[in-house]
Amino acid sequence: MREFLLMDGYWVYVWGSWILTLVVMLGLIVTARRHHRRALVEAARETEAPLPARAAVKELS
Amino acid sequence: MTPTRKRRLVMVTALVAGVGLATTLALRAFQENMLYFYSPTEFVELGVPEERTIRVGGLVADGSVRRMPGSMTIEFQVTDHAYAVPVSYTGVLPDLFREGQGVVARGRISDNGVFVAENLMAKHDENYMPPEVAQALHAGKMRAIERAQQGFPNEPEGNSGTTVADDSAAADGSAARGY
Amino acid sequence: MWLWFHKLGSPPYFYRTAGRLIPWFAIPAVLLLVAGTVGGLAIAPSDYEQGDGFRIIYVHVPSAYLAMFGYVAMAIAAAIGLIWRMKLAFAFAAACAPIGAAFTFLCLATGSLWGKPMWGVWWDWDGRMTSMLVLLFLYLGVIALRGAFDDAAKGDRAAALLAIVGVVNIPIIKFSVDWWNTLHQPATISKLSAPSMTMDMLGWLLIMIVGYMLFFAAVVTLRLRGEVLLRERGARWIRGLDSRA
Repeated sequence: MREFLLMDGYWVYVWGSWILTLVVMLGLIVTARRHHRRALVEAARETEAPLPARAAVKELS
Repeated sequence: MTPTRKRRLVMVTALVAGVGLATTLALRAFQENMLYFYSPTEFVELGVPEERTIRVGGLVADGSVRRMPGSMTIEFQVTDHAYAVPVSYTGVLPDLFREGQGVVARGRISDNGVFVAENLMAKHDENYMPPEVAQALHAGKMRAIERAQQGFPNEPEGNSGTTVADDSAAADGSAARGY
Repeated sequence: MWLWFHKLGSPPYFYRTAGRLIPWFAIPAVLLLVAGTVGGLAIAPSDYEQGDGFRIIYVHVPSAYLAMFGYVAMAIAAAIGLIWRMKLAFAFAAACAPIGAAFTFLCLATGSLWGKPMWGVWWDWDGRMTSMLVLLFLYLGVIALRGAFDDAAKGDRAAALLAIVGVVNIPIIKFSVDWWNTLHQPATISKLSAPSMTMDMLGWLLIMIVGYMLFFAAVVTLRLRGEVLLRERGARWIRGLDSRA
């Protein structure tokens, strides 16, 4: 186990690159969701629609 | 397709072609200035500007590495099998630095003709394999050389059946190209 | 087929279909990325020269691949948008840019983390690295240019033009290692010859690459839904949507 974690002494670089990748990927998901959500709020505001009931959501999303 | 769309299509195509052509010409014109490193042949034949920091790249010649006792200075030859350039470097060596391995040194030429590197980078090739495969490959190559010396025709190696085997044996021969 | 294509061009239908597609991309993406990570870190043998340091390839190469693939996809969409004035194409180009930029950054960063132990430097100005940095700036330029216009349609067209012009950088990145002396080694996987890697290492890399592609597809679809909404605001069909969704 210890040997595996040490990665021939390159652990900083190997684990570092993996963690960085994971962080950026999670960041991409979070920003994409936020982007979609904000677009939804903005688009809904401009139609001046009253916030619809949950029933409509089921059909459309 | 409507005429407007056709016009736009032609314009976009022309734009890509134009920029592509301009870039190609620019890259060709600056070819010499874009030289990332000089190979030993270029180093000797093109003549190297003194007083200018440049990079020299090639293979560390077998048996040429000499460590200066009591200091972090080493001296070695960088070769492309045609010419060799003597290099001296003081500092920490990259992990992959060893004889026969690719190397790029950045520095300038000194008065006595030795290239003094302020920075040393190791270069590796595009082949990846487990140590066992590398060993089998090496053993196979040694056998092939032996056979060739005994006058037998160079048969294809039968022991290492991976795709990498043939490929990297070929890559060995063309190593000078990449470096 | 054509009918389906036309239906897909209608924003409400597209919005709904895209929403249904996301899990079909996301779930296999996660499975493949987990499998590739376990395989690449724990199962694949270590390299004869680089030891375990070579394992960075499993996150570096797929990032590089997506960085370039994302740019080509964006440029093609931009060209379709410019020629046929297709809103959906502009929306797709806009959705690609930030994701491509993120993977270009990842490619440079993981490359740097690989370069330090193996080459001995974090960075050097060779052809491959410099052209990859130019790609990052192109992505950022496309994003900034789109944002600089108050009129979204004008911003789309200006950004599309820059995206199309920048496509000349892609062959430069690809062939930089063949045309010039570089610190970076030539390609390991190419179409013309057998890969210079044994199968027990290569398999996990291919799994990783497919996982990255599906991840890209999932995130780009999610962003694309947002872009469609922004371009369609005020339309009647949006009234039915819940902003809390």
